Amino acid sequence: MLLRVEDIHKQYGKDKVLCGVSFTMNKGETKVIIGPSGTGKSTLLRCINRLTPADQGRVWLDDEELTHTRTNINKIRAEIGFVFQSFNLFAHLTALGNVRIGPMKVKRMNKKDATTLAMEELERVGLSDKAGAYPAELSGGQQQRVSIARALAMFPKLILFDEPTSALDPELIGEVLEVMVSLAKEGMTMLVVTHEMGFARAVADEIIFMENGVIVEQGPPKQMFTNAKHQRTGEFLNKISELYGETG
Amino acid sequence: MSFEWEWFPKLAEGLPLTLQITFSCIAIGIVLGVLLALGRVYGPRFLRGICIVYIQFFRGTPLLVQLFIVYNGLPNLGITLTALQSGILALGLNTAAYQAEYFRGAIQAVRGGQMLAARSLGMSLPQAIRYAILPQAFRLVLPAWSNEFILMLKYSSIVFTVTLLDLMGKAKRLSARDSRSFEVFLVAALFYLVLVFVATMLLRLLENRVRIPGLGAPSQHR
Ligand SMILES: Nc1ncnc2c1ncn2[C@@H]1O[C@H](COP(=O)(O)OP(=O)(O)O)[C@@H](O)[C@H]1O
Ligand SMILES: [Mg+2]
Repeated sequence: MLLRVEDIHKQYGKDKVLCGVSFTMNKGETKVIIGPSGTGKSTLLRCINRLTPADQGRVWLDDEELTHTRTNINKIRAEIGFVFQSFNLFAHLTALGNVRIGPMKVKRMNKKDATTLAMEELERVGLSDKAGAYPAELSGGQQQRVSIARALAMFPKLILFDEPTSALDPELIGEVLEVMVSLAKEGMTMLVVTHEMGFARAVADEIIFMENGVIVEQGPPKQMFTNAKHQRTGEFLNKISELYGETG
Repeated sequence: MSFEWEWFPKLAEGLPLTLQITFSCIAIGIVLGVLLALGRVYGPRFLRGICIVYIQFFRGTPLLVQLFIVYNGLPNLGITLTALQSGILALGLNTAAYQAEYFRGAIQAVRGGQMLAARSLGMSLPQAIRYAILPQAFRLVLPAWSNEFILMLKYSSIVFTVTLLDLMGKAKRLSARDSRSFEVFLVAALFYLVLVFVATMLLRLLENRVRIPGLGAPSQHR
């Protein structure tokens, strides 16, 4: 088992955002989290790599408890990729600079090796010709692919995606999903918050439906789409299928 | 009105000192200003408090008073500095307070996601500040910082009050000797005008040089 999330609780003021979330992931699995906006999906992802501290609950990565206060969280975060909805590429660095800074500064790789590695990762997302471009010179789809390359360059055990295509113009969504699909097929372990049901159908081992800070239901895509146990799950899946279509 | 050619080389003798004081106090101001800004933004409560008190003190009292505290006051505590050291220190401590506020504004203008992205790669907080936040903050701060540089170039003239013979000190001396204050100080003003013009040009060059697409135009970030 690669990731074990156990009974995560998180509260902002009086607002209970996560009320006991537990699930596990095996190496090579892709899981998709869906749920209405404001349900705590982003908060859950951030609790997993402790960008946000959970109030209660524990998380293990490869049998190392990363919620333990003595864990070197920087070392663990280097093993968990994070892809943000708004890309968050470093604005002062080129695409190449963005991808190699992690290996150079966190892993102390020398510049030459880091550059070679970064160019390989840019190639992998189809952007080696944009290595010298700054984020502001790239389309949203290209920025998101660079941010995926940035995560890949750290050789993560797991990548967390927080609505990676929600900020994109519809015509740019496909190029990002394509990269994600090929990663899933290569055996990368991925936890993806998305409403792209085409992606979920194509590569997800499991869909997790969250609402109001709890997991309502989880299961393989086929079962979730055709045979959901909870009425809410079916309703929500129908709604997003209408809203987002089945592309991707 | 009549001018003496002789004044020009005489005043020019004060230029090196004016430049030395300006560059030295600006250097102190950058280092201390960045530290104060980091303390204010990322420091624990108690450190934030110290930084705020420092900044308020130096922005809330006249520069001339600060200079006299350093030059005339510190000897009472057993710390005697030369006039030059006093001038550089007082001006440096003063501009540090202003620069701290500009740096703080710039640090806070860097988008929040940049810190998250750096930390999610496994960078420690100091690494994230150094590799993600400061390079952007420095670019954002340049316009305000350039103004501060120009101001210090002009404010350096107050060191004549502690007997230093900078541009202003030289002018004061000439005007006493020749009893033609209006003309002498007009020439001194011309010297400062040229200095400011050159500095403005160089700072603008620097701004263009470090510009990065999508960064540094403040209007996009406010
Ligand atoms: N830093 C924060 N401070 C206060 N409230 C927050 C913060 N982050 C998220 N929230 C609140 O937590 C709830 C869940 O947010 P989020 O995890 O972003 O949901 P989702 O990603 O499912 O849309 C929302 O009501 C949001 O307003
Ligand atoms: Mg969200």
